[in-house]
Amino acid sequence: MVALPGIVSWGIISGVAMIGAGLTPLAGIAMSVLVYAGASQLAALQLISAGAPLPLVLLAGFVVNLRFTLFSLSLSPYLRHLPPLRRALYSYGVSDNGYALSINYFNQHPDDPGRDRFYFGSSVLVWGSWQVGTVLGIVVGASIPSSWSLEFTIILTFIALVVPHIRDRASVAAALTAAVVALATAGLPFRLGLIISAASAIGAGILVEYQKSKAPSAQES
Amino acid sequence: MDTLTVWLLIAGLAMSSFVTRGAFISLLSGFVPPPPLQRALRFVPVAIFVSLVVPELLLASGQLHLAVSNAKLWAGIAAIATAWRTRNTLLTLLAGMAVLHLARMLNG
Repeated sequence: MVALPGIVSWGIISGVAMIGAGLTPLAGIAMSVLVYAGASQLAALQLISAGAPLPLVLLAGFVVNLRFTLFSLSLSPYLRHLPPLRRALYSYGVSDNGYALSINYFNQHPDDPGRDRFYFGSSVLVWGSWQVGTVLGIVVGASIPSSWSLEFTIILTFIALVVPHIRDRASVAAALTAAVVALATAGLPFRLGLIISAASAIGAGILVEYQKSKAPSAQES
Repeated sequence: MDTLTVWLLIAGLAMSSFVTRGAFISLLSGFVPPPPLQRALRFVPVAIFVSLVVPELLLASGQLHLAVSNAKLWAGIAAIATAWRTRNTLLTLLAGMAVLHLARMLNG
């Protein structure tokens, strides 16, 4: 659970952005509890501050959130057996960091019958850290110098979370494809590039894995 | 921004958050991915997080910034090496931030 400092500082950035966009502290806290999606909130606040119409802003927020649908699909086999209310709560708790931590754990402990409790625990910690950060950002955020580059901590956290997943030829191919396509599509609006590069990377991973399974004598990576 | 717009924004984003997150955990939980799709899902973490990280390290104002003066690139390399060696998120964070600020200082 050492991903937490990055989440707190990302929460601070979000708190600062909400106050900067003219939200009251109450609206800021409501947004961070109800929406609970940093990247989507930042994209929406940026657009609405720039005078974009509300439907467009909501569309942008939705597109930025689309990665959660992949997380949802990826987590569903591990949570399917739970009662509906629990699944609704777990849906609300889906986060970048909670997802990466849990999938890591599920891969390492495929037979743990209580693995959904790991998901619950990590989600609660991620959620709490995020809310603490947001309140800090709302209250004292303006006095934090931007030269500290706190926003970079979330990128470093993502690096720490993704590196253990790059472990064979297929995942290396997926990573390289994601890198190249993400760079090529970075200029697209609403972070559409994220969806395109993620889809290409998954395709590349499948392709390499498929070729390996066609040639079983190939060197095991 | 007027109060109504703020609350409509919050309500709309909250809805899209729940729909995207709950899509397969809550709303379509009966959907069992066929085996080929299940195998594809193992690439989701790499696909999403590499796509989020790489542009942050290599782009400056939308342009490719491959230069010694790119402090974020050095910080990213340090973070990747630390994550690889230690598998420790806190150390990765500390190494990345230390190298980021060191590289900026050295560049003046």
